[in-house]
Formats: sequence, structure tokens, C-alpha cells
Amino acid sequence: MTAVDPKTLDPKTMDVNALANAKAKGKRPYFFEDPAVERVLSITMAVASEVAVLRERMDTIERLMEAGQPVTKAAIDAYRPDDRSARERQEWHAAYIARILRIVQQELQALQDDSLNVSSQELADKQLEE
Amino acid sequence: MPGVLPPTYDRVGRHGVSPELSHDEIARFNFLTNLNVHLGQAVFPATKLAFEKRVRPAFQHTQGRDFASQREIRDAMKADPVYQAWAALRRNTMEMRQQAGRHVVMRQLGPLNDKVAALNSGKATLKLDDAMRAPDYIAQVDNHWMPGSYYTETVPGDASAGASYEVGTFVTTAGSMSASGDGGGRALVNFVRARFPNFRPKRILDLGAGIGVNTLPLAGAFPEAEVIAADVAAPMLRYGHARAQSLGYTNVRFVQMDADHLDLAPQSFDWVQTTMMLHETSAATVATVMRRAFDLLKPGGLMLHVEQPNFTPQMTLWERFTRDWDSWYNNEPFWGKLHTMDVFALMTAAGFARDKQFETFTEADIEPGRYQPWASTLSRHKPELNKTGAANDGARKGEHWYLFGATK
Repeated sequence: MTAVDPKTLDPKTMDVNALANAKAKGKRPYFFEDPAVERVLSITMAVASEVAVLRERMDTIERLMEAGQPVTKAAIDAYRPDDRSARERQEWHAAYIARILRIVQQELQALQDDSLNVSSQELADKQLEE
Repeated sequence: MPGVLPPTYDRVGRHGVSPELSHDEIARFNFLTNLNVHLGQAVFPATKLAFEKRVRPAFQHTQGRDFASQREIRDAMKADPVYQAWAALRRNTMEMRQQAGRHVVMRQLGPLNDKVAALNSGKATLKLDDAMRAPDYIAQVDNHWMPGSYYTETVPGDASAGASYEVGTFVTTAGSMSASGDGGGRALVNFVRARFPNFRPKRILDLGAGIGVNTLPLAGAFPEAEVIAADVAAPMLRYGHARAQSLGYTNVRFVQMDADHLDLAPQSFDWVQTTMMLHETSAATVATVMRRAFDLLKPGGLMLHVEQPNFTPQMTLWERFTRDWDSWYNNEPFWGKLHTMDVFALMTAAGFARDKQFETFTEADIEPGRYQPWASTLSRHKPELNKTGAANDGARKGEHWYLFGATK
């Protein structure tokens, strides 16, 4: 998106998505050797976020239905979890995030304990040589 | 069972110009808050392990010596896959927070700016300077990747920067600034009351006050004082003034001013201070702020600054490297440099006597009872500091902050 002249912008007609997603000033850091990896990670995490949003919405719908309340858009937006429901929802987020970032946890464990890193291929090669 | 469950976003305090939030917008903030907590608790420790188990030994093997600077650590860590994953995830999480917050604000920009304008209209407590331009240290890169930074006006009379800054703070700090975001200002009040019990300031100047989130607790604690919230960015001041008005604060004036060019009378303040502002300026501006503070204070007046703690000789290079991460990758280029500056020498050069200078640590004051009883917060910048207590200490732990200052 090119720079916009504020005088020509009208909140009623402006491109909200382009403005919300605008690039911040400053050179973007890339942490992987291949910038394509960074791009895929960025897209994947954005999708992960939307899955979490959908799941929380489903949870709200279920809780409204369980309470015998009408399930309308307004009721969903107005819903506020009580302490116990909020905790269950946060526990779901924690479990979900741990699940999608599983490979990072496993890399940590591989670093912690070398006995987890025996290569089955090398073992198999050895077996066949014997 | 996870160690840390942050409070949910619906506990965030609201006021007269808070943007409306849909169910899904709150859910998006909840996901991002939990992701920040996970990165701090579960992924960040892996980078330290990678450093000790393979990056450091490899460096020692090839160089025949240990690391001599944090820059050497940074260069070596860049190639480590675990570090790459953590850094890219953290950077992306910040970007997603900015996107989520800006979308909330941009989709309701017209009505939001109208609400702000209605509260600001005809008020002498808001004074903007149309000729002011953002100083270089703000204008070159957008701090913490907030598109447009504090000063950009999307439309005339815009307040969007203030709103989008405020809605995302809870996410990045995982609630450690308290539900109203003013944990720093509340901690300042606690500190000043304890340390200077007879202090009754009549005029207070808060430089780089932004939307005044940490200024309002000072105004509330000293209702007889006239408080000036100064900032270079008009959108922050518009939003902050409207916010303060809606919360009932009448003793705060929001004034557009540049800390390098303050048009204020000498010896006209009892208290001059900044909260988390200095690290977003420059070496020259930090020195100017000290000198001007001395000049603006009445005899016996108080200068106070809240910042991230400076480096100490005991601090390891690894800790310096992780603490300065924001300098390189969160668009806060002066953050690390400030950590190495001798603030006591600067205060002395500005005129403050050495025996009137002080430093101390404080913890953001989280309003009791606002979060769920099971909720925990953690410090974004020093997860290692919180490792021992935060997880089991309910919702009482806030961001660890460093205070320094002097009396005149």
C-alpha cells in the first residue's frame, strides 16, 4: 500500500483491512535463512489465531445453549465467562498452543537429553552390516 | 496442567472512549496473550539451553575463547534453529497484536474519533501544536512495530494511535500492567508515598505521557496538584485527554510538547518525571531531559524516571543479549544503549547532588480483585526473574520496573 493523503481518506469508505495490516516503518527482521520460511510461519500463526477465535466462539455458543439462553449474534458479543468458564477457556488456549508448537517442545527435549537422539537408521544400518 | 494461565481480556477496564470489541476480537486477544505466555514460559528457556549446550561450546571450539560481547552472542545465536523459531514467533506475535488492535480501531474510526472530539471540544485542558513534527528518534522507525507509530494521523483530528496502543497493551504484557494498564503509575504513587510521606506536589510534569495511562494515578493521588501530561504525538493526546475526561479527571492538562524544546518557566514544578519514555528517545534527549528537569524543579522538587533496569557488572553477557533483544528486533533502537549509560553521572552533570540521587526497584501495582483468582501474570522482559514466584503467586505479580531519580 502506498502512503495515503489523510485529507482524501474518509472513515466510511477507507480500506480498513489495508490500514489495519499496514507495514510498520523499519526494516523487517527475518530470522530464518530463507525468508519463505518466515512467510509460511507468519501465515500459519495467523491461521492458528483464527482457529482459536472460532473455537472460543463455539465454546460461547455451547455455554449459552447449556444455560438455555438465546444464541444470537448480540448474545455472543455480550457473553462474559464466569471465573470457572474463563479458566476452562484459558486452559484450552494453553493446550492448543502447546499442541501446535509441539515440535519446538520436542527440540527442547532433544537438547536436554541426548539419549533421546539415537538414530534408528544408524542402528538399522549397523544391524544389517553385522 | 500449564504453569501460568493469564487473565482473560474481558477483565480489561473500560472508559468513555474504549473501542467497542466484538466477541471474536476479544477471543483473538486471548489467543495472543496466551501465545505470549507460552513463548515466555515454554520456548524462551529453550534458547538458553541451545546457547549453553551447543552455541557456546561451538564458539569456544572454533575461537579458542568465550564470548567477549553480546554482539558476538547475537551473531552466533542467529544461526541456531531453536533461537530462530523463538525469535520469529515472538516477532510475529507482536505483529499480530498490532494488526488485531488496529483492525478493532480502524473499523470504527469515524464513530471513535467523533466520541473523542465530543469529549475534547472546547476544553482548555487539551493543547495541541499543529506545527510540531515528530522528533527523529520517533520518526525513523515505528516503535514496537506499531504501524504509523504514535504520531500518524490517518484522518484529520485522528485519535487512532492512542486507541490502538491501549487495546493491545494487555496482550503484550500478559496483563502485568494491571487491568487498567496503569500498574506503573500506581506503583509510582506507592513509591512516592512511602519514600516522601510529606510530599504535597502542586505542579507535576509527566514527559512522554502518551495517552496518560500512568499519569492519571498521579493526578488521582494528588488531586490538589495541576498535572501536565506532555507528549509529541497529537493522536495520543487527543485520545488520552478524552479518556481522562470520561474517567472524571479534571486536574490533568494534555499538552503537545517536545522534551527537547520545553516552553516552561524555571522552578515552576514540584515533580518532573517520565514513565518508560527515556528508552524511546536518544542519548542527547536523555541528557536534555535531566538538565531541563533540574531547571524546571523548585528547590526540594523531585525528578523521577521509570525504566527497565540498567546493566550491572554482575549481569552475564547472555542476560544482556536477551534484555536488549527489543533494540534490534522490536524497533526500540535506543533501548539497549540506555542500559549502558551512567544515569548517575548524567544526573550529576544536570546539577543534582550525588547524595540526593537514588535508585530502587518496584513492581507494577495490579489492582486487587480485577483478575480471576487463578490468573497469573508474568513480566514480558524478564521471564527468568519471575520463574520462581509468578506461577504460584496468584494475580499479584506485575512487571518489574526500575526507578531512579533525585531531589533538587
